[in-house]
Amino acid sequence: MLAKRIIPCLDIKDGRVVKGVNFGGLRDVSDPVALAAYYNGSGADELVFYDITASAEGRRLFTDILERVASSIFIPLTVGGGINGVADFERVLKCGADKVSVNSGAIADPSLIGKAARIYGSQCVVLSMDVKRVDGQYRLFSRGGRVDTGIDAMQWAERGVGEGAGEIVLNSIDTDGVKGGFDLPMLAELCGRVSVPVIASGGAGSAEDFLQLFNSVPGVDAGLAASIFHYGEVDIRELKQLLAQGGIPVRI
Amino acid sequence: MIGIVDYGVGNLYSLGSSLSSLSLKYTVSGDSNALDMCDRIILPGVGAFADAALKLRQAGLDRYLIEQAARGKPLMGICLGMQLLFDISYEFGEHKGLGLIGGKVCPLADCLPKELKVPHMGWNAIDIVRDDSLLKYVKSGEYMYFVHSYYAKDCDADVIAYADYGMPVTAAVRRGNVMGAQFHPEKSGAAGLAILKAFSEI
Repeated sequence: MLAKRIIPCLDIKDGRVVKGVNFGGLRDVSDPVALAAYYNGSGADELVFYDITASAEGRRLFTDILERVASSIFIPLTVGGGINGVADFERVLKCGADKVSVNSGAIADPSLIGKAARIYGSQCVVLSMDVKRVDGQYRLFSRGGRVDTGIDAMQWAERGVGEGAGEIVLNSIDTDGVKGGFDLPMLAELCGRVSVPVIASGGAGSAEDFLQLFNSVPGVDAGLAASIFHYGEVDIRELKQLLAQGGIPVRI
Repeated sequence: MIGIVDYGVGNLYSLGSSLSSLSLKYTVSGDSNALDMCDRIILPGVGAFADAALKLRQAGLDRYLIEQAARGKPLMGICLGMQLLFDISYEFGEHKGLGLIGGKVCPLADCLPKELKVPHMGWNAIDIVRDDSLLKYVKSGEYMYFVHSYYAKDCDADVIAYADYGMPVTAAVRRGNVMGAQFHPEKSGAAGLAILKAFSEI
């Protein structure tokens, strides 16, 4: 049986980790390489690196860091942010990424999903989506959750999988940052619609939220979070012990 | 020195860095002269079987690997590299492999219970069914990272570990000096590194 995955997400801007503070044992918590190595050794099942840089210089720094991170961790590495074409896939895969996450780039050009899947395989293409309830509908947002696309998120997910996406990250804008738990109804709806692995994102505030996630929505494969891990509010090893005691299969 | 076969398939970055982290020397090459200098060989691979098999053949590496295996040099295939060791694959048609291990590579989707997802992607525990020096540093129940849609079957005599995914899925095989892992040791944390270390000692 597959283990449920716990995935810390690191936002990188101009070569530094954003939101990385207060981390026991690490002197420079905003150093992406040090933080990645820490997670590699402390039970994370996968890492996600998001490039939130806008400048070309920032992008170059990100690529440099990616190479250093990829050579210092021995768990899967997913990279997202600024992926708008096959050339961007090539750029980050060359630096050691295992999977590439597309979001606004796929909304702008849905054929990107299929093109990338044909070259690199579906297992490499992760469709990340930011979703918010609008007028009783799950609505897809783009540009980091700023723009309402008017597209039905569940239909978008089905289309993405049809095009060749091998995994979906569902980030609920409604629960993101609230720390009141994952968006269970939205996740349950998505799991009923697609047959690829689903990663839950947005809303984790405690270890118990992950237990509730995996118990309530068995179709979810992984839970992703950022600040609660970076700030040390949730320790991944302790989290996994809690999940194991609750009967959830995890890699310990 | 470990030779990593470079035939234009897959990401060799993390494999090299895993070996480095174990202080093992390696070279990445598609040139048989360079691989001759190595005392063991890793055949990596991701992507489609037919494409990979064709690239191996075009580079003349298929015959080279068969010859090296016959000479007794330790050879390990990883993921698609393991599948290439078998006789035949039914991934989009029918394609000949290296024939170093008896058996065939078939779609998981044909055999799995409907509720299980394909690809088999993520961390799954291995169940060791035969004592083997490749697995001497790991135990049954340890998790490895898998990403695959096809699996090796009809090879029970050479299987040293399975993973349970609705059915026993071939996870590691060994026939003499030829061995393979369906999972990615270079992506499987400390447990995976322990397997690469064991390979370096065979």
